[in-house]
Amino acid sequence: MLELRDVIVSYGMIDALKGISLIVEPGEIVALIGANGAGKSTTLMSISGVTGLRGGTISYDGEPISGRPAHEIVKRGISQVPEGRRIFAGMTVNENLEIGAFSRSKEELSEGIERAFSLFPTLGERRKQLGGTLSGGEQQMLAIGRALMSRPKLLLLDEPSLGLAPIIVSRIFKIIREINEQGTTILLVEQNARAALRLAHRAYVLETGKIVMQGKASHLEKDPGIKKAYLGE
Amino acid sequence: MTYPRILNNKFFNIVWIPCWAGLLVLPVTGAGKAIRIFAVAVGLMFLWRLSKHDAFTTLRNAAAEKISKTSAVLMSFSRYAESPLAAAITLALLILLPVFLNDYYRDIMTLTGIYIVLALGLNLIVGQAGLLNLGYVAFSAIGAYTYAILSTKFGLSFWPGLVAGAATAAFFAVLLGSPTLRLRGDYFAIVTLGLGEITRIILNNWDSLTNGPNGISQVGRPVLFGYVLHTTLDFYYLILLIAIGTVFAMKRLMTSRIGRAWIAIREDEIAAETMGINTFRLKLLAFVLGSAWAGLTGVFFAAKMAFVSPESFTFFESVMILCMVVLGGMGSIPGIILGALLLITLPEVFRDFQDYRMLAFGVALVLMMVFRPQGLLGTAKGK
Repeated sequence: MLELRDVIVSYGMIDALKGISLIVEPGEIVALIGANGAGKSTTLMSISGVTGLRGGTISYDGEPISGRPAHEIVKRGISQVPEGRRIFAGMTVNENLEIGAFSRSKEELSEGIERAFSLFPTLGERRKQLGGTLSGGEQQMLAIGRALMSRPKLLLLDEPSLGLAPIIVSRIFKIIREINEQGTTILLVEQNARAALRLAHRAYVLETGKIVMQGKASHLEKDPGIKKAYLGE
Repeated sequence: MTYPRILNNKFFNIVWIPCWAGLLVLPVTGAGKAIRIFAVAVGLMFLWRLSKHDAFTTLRNAAAEKISKTSAVLMSFSRYAESPLAAAITLALLILLPVFLNDYYRDIMTLTGIYIVLALGLNLIVGQAGLLNLGYVAFSAIGAYTYAILSTKFGLSFWPGLVAGAATAAFFAVLLGSPTLRLRGDYFAIVTLGLGEITRIILNNWDSLTNGPNGISQVGRPVLFGYVLHTTLDFYYLILLIAIGTVFAMKRLMTSRIGRAWIAIREDEIAAETMGINTFRLKLLAFVLGSAWAGLTGVFFAAKMAFVSPESFTFFESVMILCMVVLGGMGSIPGIILGALLLITLPEVFRDFQDYRMLAFGVALVLMMVFRPQGLLGTAKGK
């Protein structure tokens, strides 16, 4: 479904991604784990078309999408929940969702909002509330709901657990699984390796711009190197 | 690095730093001025020390409270003004009142109208899309000169002139915006600042086309059903019509899908991009529309004065219009109208203090930024 081949991204003189290749098959949850500065968010941003590539190709459904502008990539069915949620604080919950459906027609809007509220009932109770006044967990839910408004086939999630209490994290991860079971493919970036490996089917480990390990999530979870470096055992 | 202890002494600092400032300027300014600069510096240092004192904090809190109370009153008033009855009364007053006033007041009201339309246009660019435009008046100049030249050289009449002025301004906005708006960051502000100056300099020097600093006179007046608009009252009604039209157009724009997307871009451009918003195209649209409005206002200005010259389109004008938007409240239509009203009428009321006008603007802007960054009636929440 999505394929990155030898992708190089640099910020000025520094290479953030030094030629990474990865594949996401339809229906999967793929996790991308790694430490701070490993290049996880850069990977997602380059898939979304926000950051340009210096080398390599990204293809989606067999067509190259690298170099295409961000709004076109959303139209093709790839949507991102950016790191730190990036909710529009001065807009209400409803308005945030409406912005999410910007690439869609008006008819699909109300249908999409209903779906978001059935997935996240708390958002429905707060539809008139400003995004900035929501709690961290609710903001994360809103960010996911907003990204789903464009009806993506592939959802990119950047650190959905960031700054949230463990109980909220497990709730959000449950919802991510639900979204996947309803037919959306997911590429998940996480620092919380334990939770990510439990959720994902397959995973890639990213270290300073290179993929150092890949495989089934259940295998990686038992790998002694991973255990030591990412699971704190 | 260690300094002699005396240099770190609080009270010595008050004298020490001004002394240094005085010495520094001594060779350039001579002794008399250097002493004055020394005295001012001592005063400033004293105020600086004072600002860290408790008394100042109390003063500051009192000022903050006063400002937010005033804007709360203004806000409730502006909400009241949205009821149909209040709107009807205001409209009736706006139509009838100038009949009983003399030309001086009519001119001030017309000028206020011009600035309201300009500020609302700039608000699309600064307030909605979040692009800092420091040369807005250049587009007004482009509109005004387009009409002035077409009118004097080709006898073009006012109404098609309005369209021509707006279109020319929009054309230049596309030309300027296409390369700069693709970049993130402050390039846009710098480029527009440059454009403002370049436009004025070109108008000043291209004698064969613009008649240089002498300007173009005998610009054609608007003709409506055979009647030539020429009195102050005629032009007042014309700008009133344009202003009302502008308010309605802006209201429609701001509550539309596009308006919401602009707010998204202003709040968080990267998030807006990942939502599938074509940020470049929408920013360009805001810039072009806002500039077209400036061009249109320029045409009106040229027709009213029957004369255009480069000195009407200085950097100061751009700053004034920007102040109206910031002071009144970015993104709020009543706020911007209030801002324009205040900045045009207050200097007229305080004509005796004209020399200190810029000083007062500066102080007012700084106070607003500290205590109420969203403007008097602004709705935009800070990040």
